[in-house]
Amino acid sequence: MKKLINSPENVVRESLEGMALAHPDLIKINFDPTFVYRKDAPIQNKVALISGGGSGHEPMHTGFVGMGMLDAACPGEIFTSPTPDQMLEAAKKVNSGNGVLNIVKNYSGDVMNFEMAAEIASSENLPMINILIDDDCAVKDSLYTQGRRGVGTTVLAEKICGAGAEKGYNLQQLANLCRKVNLNGRSIGIALTSCTVPAKGSPTFELADNEIEFGIGIHGEPGRQRMEIKTADQISEMLTFSILEDPPYIRTIRELNLESQEWEELELTTPPFQSGDSVLAFVNSMGGTPLSELYIIYRQLAQICEKKNITIIRNLIGPYITSLEMQGVSITLLKLDEEMIKLWDAPVKTASLRWGV
Amino acid sequence: MTTKQQILQWLQTYATVIEQNKDYLTELDAAIGDADHGINMNRGFQKVLTQLPTLAEKDISNILKAVSMTLISSVGGASGALYGTFFLRASNAVTGLSELTPEDTAKLLETGLSGVRERGKANLGEKTMLDTLQPASQTFTKAISEGNNTLEALKEAVIAAEQGMKNTIPLIAKKGRATYLGERSIGHQDPGATSAYLMLKTLQQVLQ
Repeated sequence: MKKLINSPENVVRESLEGMALAHPDLIKINFDPTFVYRKDAPIQNKVALISGGGSGHEPMHTGFVGMGMLDAACPGEIFTSPTPDQMLEAAKKVNSGNGVLNIVKNYSGDVMNFEMAAEIASSENLPMINILIDDDCAVKDSLYTQGRRGVGTTVLAEKICGAGAEKGYNLQQLANLCRKVNLNGRSIGIALTSCTVPAKGSPTFELADNEIEFGIGIHGEPGRQRMEIKTADQISEMLTFSILEDPPYIRTIRELNLESQEWEELELTTPPFQSGDSVLAFVNSMGGTPLSELYIIYRQLAQICEKKNITIIRNLIGPYITSLEMQGVSITLLKLDEEMIKLWDAPVKTASLRWGV
Repeated sequence: MTTKQQILQWLQTYATVIEQNKDYLTELDAAIGDADHGINMNRGFQKVLTQLPTLAEKDISNILKAVSMTLISSVGGASGALYGTFFLRASNAVTGLSELTPEDTAKLLETGLSGVRERGKANLGEKTMLDTLQPASQTFTKAISEGNNTLEALKEAVIAAEQGMKNTIPLIAKKGRATYLGERSIGHQDPGATSAYLMLKTLQQVLQ
């Protein structure tokens, strides 16, 4: 293993210490428990937006803390969900009295730890809602799996909901907005190489030079299928069609009802894309793929969308939700409406996403 | 009777067992998950280890509760939530006690198990730690009802746990990250079932 680290057990802490030194105008960092928060938090009259998850996906989530996006981010160890005490302390720090919305990626560890945090918060009269992101259409069903993973749509939800919070949405409105973004987004990814988790020190899986993993998540876990490598256009086409031809996705998820303090089951459906849709296209590097290759993937994606009469009206291209140094790419398409377009375009000022200011 | 000292000894020994098996558990996890089960469990139980001397004066329930809180706040991931919940519920089953009858131990295992089942929303046969804990707990309770003492019952329970752990090999994962491999999860022993087996086996060794 060759990595620019001092020791595997200090990777997360030293990286955050460096981040604090790099962005003193934007963020502050609390250790024990660990969370990154807006320097000017709590913001009066605003619902606080928090996300969190394992480290190793930078810039998500710590790079998205700031005006117009997250109030706090709770990083866990590499690829390991954070713990409930992190969410609770972060929530207390950034809550201005208007409650907290947590954006949670659908992985069992994240879900369980955020559920515990919400249970404790509600027992302490701190209104907290968790909204799950489950957009990875590599996963076909939720009956025999944990359900779809939360991947690229998470970044888009953090931006759009961050803008919603700035505009004064209340907690329930913001939760509804976040659920809407999730239900309109779909993602899929491939890997050309594995990544190496520092504490383990060897690649999580081995891929031959002529192999790719199709349908990966963001944790260096193997995908659904291993196949022979193809051209960039063929890979882009395969990914794009996986999204465009994905049928309606129906699943049951749990959300905490703030009134009754009980977990409720909701049946949610992600509708399929159709001719005439306006979308945001997000081409994301898994960490080890350069921008030049992302544009080659985008080129083919844009051509296919045009043929299918799907209009890309916004795009985001770059490494935003990564898997350490894994080579690979993911595509996310988000069907946009007027509300989402307006909020996407709203100003944002964070370490890793910044426009309009 | 199982004494408080034996419970402390169990936790201390299990921390060592986890450290010794850290790489093994991580390798099992790399095959079907994200290669951190041993690393995470070791981080948590090393914390428990440093904390144990401060718990010597507490009763068994409060010892288990302290262990639970340490695991929840230091392990992270599904393992932190599930092992934390196991010890939290187990502590509720033995409130105020400084030694455990065989029946108390049976109750401890049953309530710990039901906590894991609720937190993880898992069932038997889904390739999780439940595949170890559930047959072990049932076997233990049955053996106690037939008049065995704690150690005798635990020996049978550990055999059931080992069988349950091995039974996870041919299963398709239905919980956690391993589910994303679909049929590719077949043929691999579940790391959580393995650490749970080691936990019970360590208790048996300590009581011997």
